[in-house]
Amino acid sequence: MRIKFGIKNSSRGVKLAESKFTAESPIESPLLPEKVIIPLQQNIGAPCEAVVKRGDKVLIGQKIGDSERFVSAPVHATVSGEISATTMVVNPPTGQLVTALVITSDGEDTWTKLEAAEKPDTLSTKEILERIREAGIVGMGGATFPTHVKLAPPEGKKIDTLILNGCECEPYITSDHRLMLEYGATILSGLNIIKKVLSPDTVYIAIEDNKEDAIDHMEKLIAVAGLQDSFKVISLKSKYPMGAEKTLIYNILGREVPIGGLPLDVGVVVHNVSTAKAICEAIFEGKPFVDRVVTVTGAVKTPKNLLVRLGTPLRDLIDYCGGMDGEASEVILGGPMMGISQPDLDSPVTKGTNCVLVKESRLIKEQDCISCGRCVDVCPMSLMPTTLAKYAKAGRYDDCKEAYIDDCFECGACAYTCPANIPIVQYIKVAKSELIKRRVNR
Amino acid sequence: MTSEGKLLASPGPHLWRGFSTSKIMYIVVIALLFPTGAGIYFFGYRALSVIAVSVVVAVLTEYAVKKLRKKAFVMDWSAVVTGLLLALILPPTIPLWMVAVGAIFSIAIVKEAFGGLGHNIFNPALGGRAFLAACFAGVMTTWVAPMGFGPDAVTTATPLNSNFVWEGDKLSLYQNLFFGNTGGSIGETSASLILVGGILLLVLGIINWRIPVFYIGTVALFAFIIGEDAIFYVLSGGLMLGAFFMATDYVTSPITGRGRIIFGIGAGILTVVIRRFGGLPEGVCYSILFMNAITPLIDRYVKVRPYGLVKKVEGEG
Repeated sequence: MRIKFGIKNSSRGVKLAESKFTAESPIESPLLPEKVIIPLQQNIGAPCEAVVKRGDKVLIGQKIGDSERFVSAPVHATVSGEISATTMVVNPPTGQLVTALVITSDGEDTWTKLEAAEKPDTLSTKEILERIREAGIVGMGGATFPTHVKLAPPEGKKIDTLILNGCECEPYITSDHRLMLEYGATILSGLNIIKKVLSPDTVYIAIEDNKEDAIDHMEKLIAVAGLQDSFKVISLKSKYPMGAEKTLIYNILGREVPIGGLPLDVGVVVHNVSTAKAICEAIFEGKPFVDRVVTVTGAVKTPKNLLVRLGTPLRDLIDYCGGMDGEASEVILGGPMMGISQPDLDSPVTKGTNCVLVKESRLIKEQDCISCGRCVDVCPMSLMPTTLAKYAKAGRYDDCKEAYIDDCFECGACAYTCPANIPIVQYIKVAKSELIKRRVNR
Repeated sequence: MTSEGKLLASPGPHLWRGFSTSKIMYIVVIALLFPTGAGIYFFGYRALSVIAVSVVVAVLTEYAVKKLRKKAFVMDWSAVVTGLLLALILPPTIPLWMVAVGAIFSIAIVKEAFGGLGHNIFNPALGGRAFLAACFAGVMTTWVAPMGFGPDAVTTATPLNSNFVWEGDKLSLYQNLFFGNTGGSIGETSASLILVGGILLLVLGIINWRIPVFYIGTVALFAFIIGEDAIFYVLSGGLMLGAFFMATDYVTSPITGRGRIIFGIGAGILTVVIRRFGGLPEGVCYSILFMNAITPLIDRYVKVRPYGLVKKVEGEG
């Protein structure tokens, strides 16, 4: 059964040109990379310690970094070969420099022995969570929060609704879209596991209405499996940032996640479709999180959806897609709205990379704010972005806090719509990091 | 280029709608051409020369001030908007040198002295008009009947003057007010063409409906309550032009929806109070200027309720 959802806060958010050039392109697996760069932290939370050293031989799926901390996820070798060097790279979700291990491939592509669950249905919640943690799974929609933590709500917190997020509201990106079309059954198995752990009353699969084929496909799979009573597919109006957790929860359930709180505070957990696939593979095949689908698009010869090993340098992906067009000068990890410009093409694909966007660089010529209020109108969090930017510019960080800066998840709808071309998100990011510094110093 | 060469980095988002300040101002100019056309039709060469002087002097003043302040001059059309608006709220018979003085005051003092576009507290055109009204009260209250491009300018009373007499039925008065065949400022007489321009701005998403609707609505309601002719109050004077083109000035009006409603209601009440009880025949200019003055206050206290602002249940984080 399909449920159509209008948009509750219809005036908020922005309608963007979709530019989803790769929606029809099946997922391809390019040749194996000669070397991979595996950052020891690819998620929000604690970094890992290396458990291998330079010169060690490793197999695919072998754990090479781990942490004792709860909010963390181990990392694994994604090619077989030798640990040849250590280097420093930027961890996209936190923006901080982290240590990374370089593995030079031996070209053999040998897997470590995977331990598939013999009877997946009889696994206890504890065993499932342990397997998910060991597989290094984190939220693959971009936030990269460790999945086993998200699946273990504190005691007394009742989760009544589970939402599987297949919105993919950023332009250009089609990795989740293709994944639903090609790995729909795997996603549903993963969703079943999540459902078993959280035992919610209702499970929604949320997909934007610009992906009719994915909606139909998922519904068909659900019908074939006879799961109509447990899983409901929701068609949501395509509007950015519909797929953001808080916006999604509001639009489906009318609930607002408290400022500074988590979805579980309102009885909801949201997981990405890619994460569900990874969970399924971890439980049924014992396969750790070593590869993911990445959309390589924009100013490349042939945009594609690629299933790539984590740690593959961006250069390999772009070359595989025919190289950058002449005018292009910027490579963005993620979508055009929330993605981050990369300093060079040696940056690796990490757990949160859903898209590599190549484009011409845009010169930002900031003008003075004319108080038109467009940013206020589009902000999905009902904040006053221009006010936050003004405070941040003046160094009035405490005023930023008073104006609920923590509620901003940096979707960029404000800066997109700003006539004066003010890099509002940039100012907000600076203010946020200053506030964090102060908190740490105190 | 095959993945070599230097990469550039920029902050996100990497998409821009491209609906720039200049584009907005340009569209406002286009919308203003409707009342401007009406002004020229009804008041002929005089209107044309006042408009030309006002616009040219406004732009030149902006250029000169930017040079003096050693800042870059950007042709963002905002000075054209100010020059055009100022001309439209002046009487057609005003000497051209006074128009120039008004335009210089609007741009140099009301706009640039406060820091330029985005920083001014008062609407520049209205500030310029208020300045001229204070300096040259006689000229600013001398009105002529519409004469088109004909030679004879006959002094007349505007519909809002106490000595205004209408020899005809009410309907023909409303008709004349609606189409603009009455004495008054250059661009204020034709309610219909102002409405065309205003609706254009609404449809293109340049202005928000709240200020014009609440402003005009409040004037009508308040006039009705005190026993005045509500339709006459709405169609006469500078209300239509003010409500659609001046009260909606982004810089000098509130940024939030609720703030804009307060602004509209406040300006509406003040307009009726000045017209009915004050010493002036028209109150649109001063009521908007007054609301401009309290706009920072409105923006300070009228906020949007952010998503997720709820009281945390006791015992939680």
